[in-house]
Amino acid sequence: MKVTIVGAGPAGLYLGILLAKAEQPHQIAVLERNPADATFGWGVVFSDETLSALRDADYASYLDITDTFARWDAIDISYRDTVLRSRGHAFSAIARQQLLAILQRRAAELGVEQRFGTEIEDVAALCAETDLLVGADGVRSVVRQAADETFRPTITPQGGTYIWYGTDLVFDAFRFIFEESEHGLFQVHGYPFDEHASTFIVECPESTWRKAGLDQMSDADSIAFCERLFAAELGGHRLMSNKSSWLRFPLVRNRSWHATVADTPVVLLGDAAHTAHFTIGSGTKLAMEDAVALAAAFVRHGSDSPTAIQAALVHYERERKPVVERFQQAASDSAEYFARVGQHTHLSPPQFAFNLLTRSGRISHANLAQRDADFVRGVDVWFATGATDRAVATPPAFTPLTLRGLRLANRMVGTAPGDAGLVLTPLTAVTPGGRVSPDSPTLCADTDVARLRAANAKGALGVLLGHAGRRGATRPPERGVDVPLPEAEAWPLLAASALPFGPGSQTPRAMTDVALAEVRDAFVAAAGRAVEAGCGLVMLDCGYGYLLASFLSPLTNHRDDDYGGTLDNRLRFPLEVIGAVRTALPDDCPLGVRLTVTDWARGGLTPDDGVTAARACAEAGVDLVHVVAGQTVAESTPEYRRGYLNTLSDQVRNGARVPTMVGGHLTTVDAINTVLAAGRADLCVAEFLHDPAALTAGRAA
Amino acid sequence: MEIGVGLPNTTPGATGALLTEWARRADAGPFGSLAVLDRPVYDSVEPFAALSAAAAVTERVQLATMIAIGPLRPAAVLAKQAEAVHRLADGRFTLGLGIGARRDDYTASGTDHTRRGALLSEQLAHLRGNDYPGEVLVGGNSGPAFARMARYADGYAHGGGPPRAFASAATKAHAAWRDLGRPGTPRLWAQGYFALGDDDTVQAGRDYLRDYYAFTGPFAETIASANLTTGRAIKDFVRGYAAEGCDMLVLLPTVSAVDQIDRLAEVIG
Repeated sequence: MKVTIVGAGPAGLYLGILLAKAEQPHQIAVLERNPADATFGWGVVFSDETLSALRDADYASYLDITDTFARWDAIDISYRDTVLRSRGHAFSAIARQQLLAILQRRAAELGVEQRFGTEIEDVAALCAETDLLVGADGVRSVVRQAADETFRPTITPQGGTYIWYGTDLVFDAFRFIFEESEHGLFQVHGYPFDEHASTFIVECPESTWRKAGLDQMSDADSIAFCERLFAAELGGHRLMSNKSSWLRFPLVRNRSWHATVADTPVVLLGDAAHTAHFTIGSGTKLAMEDAVALAAAFVRHGSDSPTAIQAALVHYERERKPVVERFQQAASDSAEYFARVGQHTHLSPPQFAFNLLTRSGRISHANLAQRDADFVRGVDVWFATGATDRAVATPPAFTPLTLRGLRLANRMVGTAPGDAGLVLTPLTAVTPGGRVSPDSPTLCADTDVARLRAANAKGALGVLLGHAGRRGATRPPERGVDVPLPEAEAWPLLAASALPFGPGSQTPRAMTDVALAEVRDAFVAAAGRAVEAGCGLVMLDCGYGYLLASFLSPLTNHRDDDYGGTLDNRLRFPLEVIGAVRTALPDDCPLGVRLTVTDWARGGLTPDDGVTAARACAEAGVDLVHVVAGQTVAESTPEYRRGYLNTLSDQVRNGARVPTMVGGHLTTVDAINTVLAAGRADLCVAEFLHDPAALTAGRAA
Repeated sequence: MEIGVGLPNTTPGATGALLTEWARRADAGPFGSLAVLDRPVYDSVEPFAALSAAAAVTERVQLATMIAIGPLRPAAVLAKQAEAVHRLADGRFTLGLGIGARRDDYTASGTDHTRRGALLSEQLAHLRGNDYPGEVLVGGNSGPAFARMARYADGYAHGGGPPRAFASAATKAHAAWRDLGRPGTPRLWAQGYFALGDDDTVQAGRDYLRDYYAFTGPFAETIASANLTTGRAIKDFVRGYAAEGCDMLVLLPTVSAVDQIDRLAEVIG
């Protein structure tokens, strides 16, 4: 097969090498617009896993690559005048220029034709002369453009603004440096790549970058600014530019990775096909793994007919796409973390470091403990005692928590008595008209108090008080929720505005001033009964589109009085209820609120609104915010996965500086330990408390 | 996990005789369910009609739509069709619903494609509001689809792919179920394509999938290449799905020949 590869980066050259080694000889040409010795960027990082793939794929180049490697196993986090070191992270790096030189040499040795300084103008013409065209020509791939309609690429800016410098300071580990400036927080991602130099990437939010005037500075001034900012770390060493400029990272995705141009198959490799944010350092790794997978697909399917080539391309895409998408998800989480890490600067160094190391969701408390048991023990001890000088501590999930006069034995919240530190009732209506379904619990009569007291046999009990609002008068949830009761069995509904919830839902009445006062008083009365019944915590529901939440969202609140319009106005009624209940509660009884912090719907509450609302709740005397999202309107766009509310809880806890509780499909003790140790929440809804094995495993951890 | 088999109602050239004979063999074989697809703008037998015929010649096997494109029918008509099959099969009917993937199905039925999600929600609300008695599944891979499933359905119908794709969807289904406050767990149904036999049979299966999914562009090749064409591939696939918590895995034929169900029964029996 005649193969033309456009782009002599690591992906293109490595594919050339692997195809040249195939049993069936291929005729391979690599075309590159730049000269052979042009260099962009400084060092590139590989994990052990990637290295073993490279060893299996081509041993000769593997030896050359590993010969020049800088290796380390530690990550240093320089933050607030301390440096925390976490070990057990096996990484290697190599200068990109060095890597390319090795691959060029090896490709030449195997008879791969390499044409440098060759600009591609006509992709269709190239196609006419080859059996397979490979687009390994990077983010702005020319090859990709020739079949845009099939590849359907999207390029989206992601994360903060960054610049890729080098330095003659040789780090002995991967080093994160966080430096507060008068304009905001800057961070550095630094790592050594040979015995003389390190990569030194400076990153900050775009707003900080503008405030600092970096958008107006010359290259020399930019370097001088960064050298000044990181003077203490650099200790006299200098930063070096290599056509470096400030950028936003381009996230590349393609719907398809292969296409046909002028009857010739075309396939994308590396950055042309996909990128993953640099903060997880996987670009070169993914590119070279693409080459390995594509070469292997030709071994499997052959290349002697158009059908075989087609089958190999399908196979390659099927195998690589899910892997790449997992990395892109982790990379997005990492990019978002660094974009808002400025909110974390109040965290103590152990928690700050743990949050950083677990930012992309790929490493949990247990994974980290495997890599560096001492580091995790230190975090656990700090979490349990606030000190760092004790030898052992229980895992975070089993650490007590005190809220005002309530001491919880552990950090897990459940719905039934047993192992949970806090048992929380289902939504309990403050008036009969506030029930979700006919059999929903209420707390509006003395008989309700007796029932609740009976349930309160063991441990701490919290009551979730609410009013279903426009989501009331529905059938029991066994066969679905939000299904209205038959008209004869329904009762009239109340909401901020007269808007029905979903298909077939009753239209609620917009609340009058009288109704507002009645509902507020009902909340106060119910809270009093909860205390009487021995509840240790009262939580008010302002979530999921129920009554109080219907005031919060612009999608459900169309009022033109003092309770509608601006976010301040929309918060007014929930805050009145919170204030009245707080006043009525004994001082030692903590007050929580279940709060929707984003609607997951166009025109609805955003996470920023949610943080503002949480801050207002805290100022009104709320001790704990249970972070939830969505269900404000029936048709919204949630993104479910394990821990899908963790990031929102992190934003609320560290943005509004209020203790949070979070659920979001946390299915193991390890997941909860990770959330707690990272300071993303203070309490977690545990979805496994019915499973004794999961708990035992968690305790042992 | 139970294993179901598809009725070949969308493979070219399927006759009434083939469909009823296939249904009889499914009923006699090691299958927990017999499922149909829905695709108006294609050489196919309408799913509720096909299942009505199957109901008449079976006594045991659970009949299912996997899935029917709900919004193509007015809510009341869909409910009537579903109730009909439910009654004809004496309750052995699972109604799987989704929004489908092809715009031309919407054009042909005069349905507003831009409202497809909302329409499906309205239909589900209609079924539930009128006490539709049978099991209801909802398919789809988007956040709104999972929320809709958890709000109204008894379980989730996965659209196909390797076991790890199913695993990721199952996690989302469980998370949505919890989020909407449903008691218990959702039933999880899934599907895969097969063709068993000589090279010509395998080629015919592949050609069918290429044609059936031609509207997806290059993705058709991916689906065609995932067709299960050996006993070993089917066993691996079954094992993978069982390990990820699937309750019912339906294997759909790609060739209109009755020997296909016998060969499948042999592999899994």
